[in-house]
Amino acid sequence: MKHHIILRIGAKLLIPLIMLLALYVQFHGDYGPGGGFQAGVIFASAFILYGLVFGLGELRRVAPLPILMKLMAAGWLIYIGTGYLGLALGGMYLDYNILSSDPVAGQHLGIFLIELAVGITVASTMLAIYQCFNAHQSGEMTENE
Amino acid sequence: MIIRLQNLLSVVMLSGVFSLLSAGMFVTLDAVDVAFTEAAVGAGLTTILFLGALALTGSAEKAPRQRSPLPLIVMAVLAAILIYGVIGLPPFGSADAPAHRYVMPEYISGTQTQIGIPNIVSAVLASYRGFDTLGETGVIFTAGIGVILLLRRRLAPRVSPPEDDAG
Repeated sequence: MKHHIILRIGAKLLIPLIMLLALYVQFHGDYGPGGGFQAGVIFASAFILYGLVFGLGELRRVAPLPILMKLMAAGWLIYIGTGYLGLALGGMYLDYNILSSDPVAGQHLGIFLIELAVGITVASTMLAIYQCFNAHQSGEMTENE
Repeated sequence: MIIRLQNLLSVVMLSGVFSLLSAGMFVTLDAVDVAFTEAAVGAGLTTILFLGALALTGSAEKAPRQRSPLPLIVMAVLAAILIYGVIGLPPFGSADAPAHRYVMPEYISGTQTQIGIPNIVSAVLASYRGFDTLGETGVIFTAGIGVILLLRRRLAPRVSPPEDDAG
């Protein structure tokens, strides 16, 4: 990838913007369209663009599969944990009302945590699946700098 | 009009185009959240993943050894059942459709008072139907684990010696 300067510069300009959009979709999902699922996919697509332009080897250096696997599990556990937090505080499973003294604030906190959990799991899973499906190219692509 | 294609690359591209068009359709139906998901997942990511899968399997469909009428019959019967089901649906936009009558009014008023966020879709997804979303996240997690278990072996040997094939 020494050539394709327009591709490389274009990708470098776009990737931060895509990530910013993903964060906006993630944290503004309560107010506008969007949420953890869409944000996770958009966040993963920023990394996938990086992988497409700079090669899978480079992508795997930035987002190694073992870390992605831990993140996948972490997101899922945050979700389950939020449910148990409601149980531990004396409510029902996934009951957000008691997460805070004010039920509405508790709902806000609960939805924030859930969306974050979904976003983390979706982004890391999509990246892991992408890396696995494109594994065959890594041989040619790693040493292409 | 395209009825059948043997080139899987074109099939993937067409399904991406179809997905983007349905995203546009969802926008005109005011289902912005669904349109968003369809555009990001269906048109964007799925197309890329399909292309990756095609690179693994080859992009031309093998010609079948013998043509059997059975799939055509199955599809025709399925289509007839689905069309029969569509006839029974309430008219589009009808206020007393079952989907609008039971819990929906409660969600619409409750989102403002109980949850306090403007986006009803987020409120339903993350709070009222939290269990559903828990299951959906589990499905995604399981899919990821499945793909990793099946395909990781291809990835593993080339990770450890990256310096070896430097030449």
